[in-house]
Amino acid sequence: MGEISNPGLQEDGFDLSQFYTVFFEEARENLANMESMLLDIDIAHPSNEELNAIFRVAHSIKGGAATFSFTEVATLTHELETLLDRVRKHELPLKRSMVDLLLEAGDVVKAQLACRQGGTDHSPATEALIQRIRTMASGQDQRGAPAGARVLDIQIGPLQSGAAADGLVELFRDIPSLGSIETLDQGQLSADGMRRFKVTTQSPDSELVELFSFHVSREQVQIAPLVAAASTPTEGDGYGFFVDPRTLPQATKDTPADAGSVEGDASRRPDGRPRSDKPAAGALESTTLRVSVEKVDQLINLVGELVITQAMLTEQAKDLDPVQCSSLLSGITELERNSRHLQETVMSIRMIPMSFVFNRFPRMIRDLAAKLGKQIELRMVGEATELDKGLIEKIVDPLTHLVRNSADHGVETPATRLAAGKLAHGTITLSASHQGGSILIEVRDDGQGLRRERILQKARERGLHVREDMTDAEVWALIWEPGFSTAEAVSDVSGRGVGMDVVRKNIAALNGSVELDSAEGYGTRVTVRLPLTLAIMDGMSIGVAGETYILPLSSVVESFQVTTGTVQSVGATGRVVKVRDEFMPVISLDEVFRVPRQDGGSAAEIMTIVEAEGRRVAVLIDELLGQHQVVVKNLETNYRRVPDISGATILGDGRVALIVDTASLVNRARH
Amino acid sequence: MGMMERIEVGTEATARAREFLTFKLGGEEYGIDILKVQEIRGYEAVTRIANAPAFIKGVVNLRGVIVPIVDLRVKFDLGEARYDTFTVVIILNVAGRVVGAVVDSVSDVLALNGQQIKPAPEFNSLLQADYITGLATVPAVDGERLLILVDIERLMSSPEMGLLERAAA
Repeated sequence: MGEISNPGLQEDGFDLSQFYTVFFEEARENLANMESMLLDIDIAHPSNEELNAIFRVAHSIKGGAATFSFTEVATLTHELETLLDRVRKHELPLKRSMVDLLLEAGDVVKAQLACRQGGTDHSPATEALIQRIRTMASGQDQRGAPAGARVLDIQIGPLQSGAAADGLVELFRDIPSLGSIETLDQGQLSADGMRRFKVTTQSPDSELVELFSFHVSREQVQIAPLVAAASTPTEGDGYGFFVDPRTLPQATKDTPADAGSVEGDASRRPDGRPRSDKPAAGALESTTLRVSVEKVDQLINLVGELVITQAMLTEQAKDLDPVQCSSLLSGITELERNSRHLQETVMSIRMIPMSFVFNRFPRMIRDLAAKLGKQIELRMVGEATELDKGLIEKIVDPLTHLVRNSADHGVETPATRLAAGKLAHGTITLSASHQGGSILIEVRDDGQGLRRERILQKARERGLHVREDMTDAEVWALIWEPGFSTAEAVSDVSGRGVGMDVVRKNIAALNGSVELDSAEGYGTRVTVRLPLTLAIMDGMSIGVAGETYILPLSSVVESFQVTTGTVQSVGATGRVVKVRDEFMPVISLDEVFRVPRQDGGSAAEIMTIVEAEGRRVAVLIDELLGQHQVVVKNLETNYRRVPDISGATILGDGRVALIVDTASLVNRARH
Repeated sequence: MGMMERIEVGTEATARAREFLTFKLGGEEYGIDILKVQEIRGYEAVTRIANAPAFIKGVVNLRGVIVPIVDLRVKFDLGEARYDTFTVVIILNVAGRVVGAVVDSVSDVLALNGQQIKPAPEFNSLLQADYITGLATVPAVDGERLLILVDIERLMSSPEMGLLERAAA
């Protein structure tokens, strides 16, 4: 079971507990799905689709549990997985008893998870259950040779008359090897026309049904385990996965999957320890709620409206007499505070930090490095950068691909690295940041880089039009061509799925762009730029001749008062300013945006140093108005791209303010 | 090509009476398909967009949606573009976008059938004949008034309005 043991995540020193909730929630959903699939499945003719789906449930719970070191869950689901794998490969036929066992195991997993979530250590014992799953998976019970006889609760019905089922008793008399039968109802039909028997047998369910069908139709036969008999492998487990009909008669008609059996399990734990106050083994508690994104968006818009209305009220109330309207004014203040709070909370619903994606990579890199015999250090920067949930989900696959590429093709083996005069361990850096109103995600490695010659050669083989004098950028661009697998192009590791063109397509589908930069021997950098559909940004609002603009706070370095003589002209139009021994170009925002000035004179008194794409410029503005979180709205939804503007936001008073694209400002200064 | 399409629109109009929202631009009266109109609002202060053509007044916040505002009076050089309490913005839903159009005032909603709509002759104006689906006369207190029916969707998505990305490219 080495493969599912705790992979020693603690050594890496990152905290996984933040994902527990997600895992519990998913596992709970998965189990519920599995249960309903098992209950609906056509045992005689199960579809491959259903079998695969059930297998996947066990598989994904196992994966998650192993990641979080929930060893007992992982162990049990691993056994389930083994069994299900055989079933889905049609190595074992699906049987009623198997479905029962699966349902039972599902309940135990549920109970285990509830214990984990409840923080108690009263997890149900599973050795016997695991043993039974193994027996089932080995196919032994099929031969009619399980370790012992099973005691079954067989219900026949609904029937017209009770006598029809008496044939069953005769059957057992005629075939002694079948086992023994007892009537549980003195030969009387129950209110809903059912007859009940207690059968002790070694024969599989299918055989029983086959034989019973001489007397009653197959559909009328219901077989369920009665109690764990003394001679079965479950001997002495006494966990009460099956509810004893004598103590809980109404539960016997239920399948073992019903909640009752879990309850029974919890109350009859063999160790006799008292149940924890927390609902350890009860229904797994739901601490999160899944809501459609549309509803959240609607909420966000409505709250935005509310805040604007509130701002209007505040504005109106300014002129009121504070003595006469004191209670009204305090009410408005209260409203302001509450609506701000509400807005912040609602906004946060959609936003997820980048760490949600990034944190799955340490494990992956660790595994890959081990597999490839490389030493790789993973550095992550800007994990707190928040990104819209929708984008986060869609960026996982392309990023995974890029990171794998870096580990696989980028970073060299320690020997090669040492020979090249590098450190034995390679570094892959993942970084996320807000830049110019976009999210910039970078995957960088210090590996061997792309090999220009190899790419050109490959491109020629593919019949692509290439020239010897192409720039590096043009050569790298070939990587993105469909069918131009990087595996074949750059290294000899091949046959590993999708090419870079798929990555690019996926990112383009998010309205993003991806760029690649590489230097042979020094490494490769892939930059993914994603638009902000609904990202929240820390912005600094600035005034320029009566107009308000927003500068992304992340790119603001510092601001200071302009004193005469600090700005010097270079040539006819260029202007520079010297800030702490560094000269940087000066840009006047009112010129860039052609803001009409009423008084004609230049009132720009503040200079803000803005940094983007590694370069700095000094921006002349009139005043600093404040800092706040702004919701970035896309101008292109109803209009088109505007030069030097990355988006728009709505200010507290309901007016629109444009967000300055600092990257394009910086580039503007350059040209 | 423009002719062809105009005839097509004309035939379609003959089939059933359509409703038009009529509004004033300078001294002229225009009509647009009412189904393209989302709502009518008073003119409110806009946020200017740098380096945009003069007829694009800027953007406003319409319940959380950023909507560009176009002044048709400036675009077609019709009368003096005044902004007062009577100035109205028609919020249009065209080509999957929300766009506001500033007009002097909104007059009426009229149902016109095919017979009432006459094809417009070829002529020279800032408003290209391509965007005019027809002319109609409607009774007024002082005789008759001329109504210019405009295909607002085509007009707003045309390259010359520059509202759509491809137009800018």
